[in-house]
Amino acid sequence: MAADTDTSGPAGDSLAHIEAGLDALETSAEPESSRLKHVAASVLPPIAALVLILAVWQILYAAKIWPDWKLPGPSQVFGSLKDTFSEGDAWGAVGHSIGHGAVGFGASVAIGTPLGILVGRFKPVRAGLGPILSGLQSLPSVAWVPPALMFFGPTPAMLYTVVLLGAVPSIAVGVMSGLDQVPPLYLRVGRNIGARGLASVRHVLLPAALPGYLAGLRQGWAFAWRSLLASEIIVQSANLGHSLGFLLKNAQDANDMSGAFAAIVLILAVGVAVNQLLFVPLERRVLKARGLA
Amino acid sequence: MTAAIAAVESAQPTTTAAVDAAFAPAVRLTKVGKTFRGGAPVLDGIDLTVAPGEFVCLLGASGCGKSTLLNLVADLDAPSSGTVEVPSGRAALMFQESALFPWLTAGENIDLALRLRGLSGRRDRRAETERLLDLVRLRGAYDKRPHQLSGGMRQRVALARALAQDSPVLLMDEPFAALDAITRDVLHEELVRLWEATGLAVLFVTHNVREAVRLGQRVVLLSSRPGRVAREWRVDIPQPRRIEDKAVADLSVEITDHLRKEISRHGR
Repeated sequence: MAADTDTSGPAGDSLAHIEAGLDALETSAEPESSRLKHVAASVLPPIAALVLILAVWQILYAAKIWPDWKLPGPSQVFGSLKDTFSEGDAWGAVGHSIGHGAVGFGASVAIGTPLGILVGRFKPVRAGLGPILSGLQSLPSVAWVPPALMFFGPTPAMLYTVVLLGAVPSIAVGVMSGLDQVPPLYLRVGRNIGARGLASVRHVLLPAALPGYLAGLRQGWAFAWRSLLASEIIVQSANLGHSLGFLLKNAQDANDMSGAFAAIVLILAVGVAVNQLLFVPLERRVLKARGLA
Repeated sequence: MTAAIAAVESAQPTTTAAVDAAFAPAVRLTKVGKTFRGGAPVLDGIDLTVAPGEFVCLLGASGCGKSTLLNLVADLDAPSSGTVEVPSGRAALMFQESALFPWLTAGENIDLALRLRGLSGRRDRRAETERLLDLVRLRGAYDKRPHQLSGGMRQRVALARALAQDSPVLLMDEPFAALDAITRDVLHEELVRLWEATGLAVLFVTHNVREAVRLGQRVVLLSSRPGRVAREWRVDIPQPRRIEDKAVADLSVEITDHLRKEISRHGR
């Protein structure tokens, strides 16, 4: 088709054919990789790594370098884990900690996002608060536990304070760097097609900054989870209930090493699950839609 | 092709800068200068008028302030001296990179321009978007993401987005410079076709002499540092032209000689 219209020169109809031909030649269908293959590629390596770690652990345990109460074997830890679940402690503790984590993280997002926009968009605010936010990010949030405890006593308010002080700076910094990475060309195009002021923020700035924002949220969650566990481990109180931190501290008090390992496995599992089930798919979706992943 | 276009075309040869000025022009720059803070002047004493429906190519080497000039006309920047008039209000602007928003589909990019223009009905916007996609011959590309399109297709979507602004003035900043020769040639033809069909005034910036002669009714040569209007040529070769035409080549040689002279002034 294209061959016999090529020679006819610049006439409207043949132009359509040439264009269609160019379009067809220059866009190749994206190879649809099978979903099964993708899942296999992302699930198998971590499983292999896990098996390797367990094997090394088992070898160290079998070598009897340390007594059982110092280094329990994988099977003993697995047994403790099973006991925790059968006694009903595990689900309660996981639910309790995730609940606190979700509320604390949600509040951190609600505060960190506008704070990040403020700091990112207004030069004087940035000059003043930017260094403080970066500094706060490098401060281990566990340092806030003693003052928060003195101020609030052993209450959920204390937990949330520590979580906020841990997560808000990292979310705000994430928003800030997301905004910094917005290509100026987009803002100029936005202005030209009529997006000024708030419309520019809504239609150009925020969507353009979304990938950086999501990375900031992911980091914010990691900080929130760490801060929460730090305060749960340090502060034990009936007000705070049976959390994962409580489980871990309890194991220490009973000198139960496999119980402690079991608690750590649970804490890790929650962290990995939230990351892999929430943040990674969200980020991948956003990046893929933009042709960045 | 239509009666209206024919009228515009036949009117062109008789209009001169002086006559244009008497009627409302599409764009008028009067003694425009631009100096960025602490720098040497980028533009100096630019007088330039683009008549409604006229296709003007701005030609110049690096440092002639071509892009700065378009920014002034597009109201993305303000002149340091002189006046920039765009009686219709806003001018649509197209860049070398398509600058389509990657978080929107091709259709949504056009839709956003319609929405910001104030077109409220979702259904009306959809119909208008489809019409514009059809106009740039990208029917069925509504749901395609920019990264799924070729460079030439992206520029056509960008052109459709510019047309969605419904401004009688279209500013183009080297829009085809990043494309391969075949695609560029096809888009030249496409642009002339759309210009004839829409009656837009086009101010087209390029550093490619042949491209300027292939497209424009008038070619304006800017000198560099500072940018001044050095000379201008009326291109009386009838459309459809081809970039290979002898008449296009002959005029290109003449203009290139002037461009070279302009550039060599800076080597002394």
